[in-house]
Amino acid sequence: MINPAKRRSVLGWLAASLLALLLAGAMPATAQDGQGGHKLIAKGDKCVRDVDFMRRNHMNILKHQRVETMRKGVRGSQDSLKNCIECHVNPATNSVASSKEDFCMGCHSYAAVKVDCFECHSSKPKASIVGTHPIIAPGQQSEGKDKQSGLSGKIPRQMQAKLASLNMGEGVK
Amino acid sequence: MSNDVDNSRRKFIAAGVAGTAGLVLAPGVTLLDMAHARPAGEAASSAKRWGLLIDSTKCATGCNDCVTACGKENGVASTGHPETDPQWIRKIELKEIKSGRSHSLPMMCQHCAEPPCVDVCPTGASFKRADGIVLVDRHICIGCRYCMMACPYKARSFVHEEHEDQNPDVPRGKGCVEACTLCVHRIDKDQQPACVEACSAGNHGAMLFGDLNDSNSEISKRIATFATTQVRPDLALNTGVRYQGI
Ligand code: SF4
Ligand code: SF4
Repeated sequence: MINPAKRRSVLGWLAASLLALLLAGAMPATAQDGQGGHKLIAKGDKCVRDVDFMRRNHMNILKHQRVETMRKGVRGSQDSLKNCIECHVNPATNSVASSKEDFCMGCHSYAAVKVDCFECHSSKPKASIVGTHPIIAPGQQSEGKDKQSGLSGKIPRQMQAKLASLNMGEGVK
Repeated sequence: MSNDVDNSRRKFIAAGVAGTAGLVLAPGVTLLDMAHARPAGEAASSAKRWGLLIDSTKCATGCNDCVTACGKENGVASTGHPETDPQWIRKIELKEIKSGRSHSLPMMCQHCAEPPCVDVCPTGASFKRADGIVLVDRHICIGCRYCMMACPYKARSFVHEEHEDQNPDVPRGKGCVEACTLCVHRIDKDQQPACVEACSAGNHGAMLFGDLNDSNSEISKRIATFATTQVRPDLALNTGVRYQGI
């Protein structure tokens, strides 16, 4: 028979460990620079949803869209995996999942969650974003020969400020 | 299957079309062929049924243009193990033994209206889209290969090896069954399937793609004029691919 005092301490210990678990569970969702070394890479100034919402729900959005596109033939959604890749591609690797520095793997390797998407889907954008990106117009591209280096110089200043404030611009520097 | 389009979007699209009326140069002549592609956000509809008509009298023995184009478009390349290589389209030679008359034709998924591959699939991965295109939803295919056994045309293959560098429009990977998708990603952009495009680019003109439900489409007119056949019509699968001259 456990005496009441002991029971209280056991309960207290349980509550403390539960709280610790909850905090640990919440960590990947708030991981940024310095926490797991994950850098957010994005070309646009705004994600299709709130960044916090995306951290927790991107998988649901992608799963919903895959059914719409694959089974019903709905095309052109901003929620398509291709659209995500276009925006979040790491200019250094031209991929979202080829290294731990890349957008998807940065968080997924930190959180130790396996991604299956890229066993079938390409982790690379279809073509150069030059001239096709909704935000970066052709005239804003740098003169550099390398299509990837074109990203750095000529992003409008306004957008650079936004990128910095969202802490999303690291990957394109 | 939901083919209903939200009405407000219809109106919005109609307004968009009216706004571009300035592009009309003369009655019936427009600068831009107003895209027939479905607007973004709209689902495929059973108002259309995509199909192919293949004229085997124009299909030359030894010509492989359609097969090459398909492989290039869809990333179907040899893995170095020909016995297990996936195959979406293949050329076959037919010979009538008595007369010796031989001819050649491409064979691929016939996009059956009553597809046995869909009937047998235990997971629902094999399905027919509203516009008649038969596809494998790789997200839920378990690789059991029942559909490969059920298909009378040997149209489907199993992907035995890992793949890299897929066309972003054509996801494919190890462990799933796949077949000709009628280049669904191109059709949805109002383009022709890659094989058809290559066949006409090579001036062979043996393949015609179009909407079987539209009596004014070139394909429907040809089918209404000339004798065309389905392969194994006795199976009553109502194939979307038809042949002329076989
Ligand atoms: S040809 Fe074969 S794979 Fe294609 S729809 Fe018919 S049964 Fe299915
Ligand atoms: S291999 Fe895939 S598509 Fe074919 S029957 Fe099995 S689960 Fe269905």
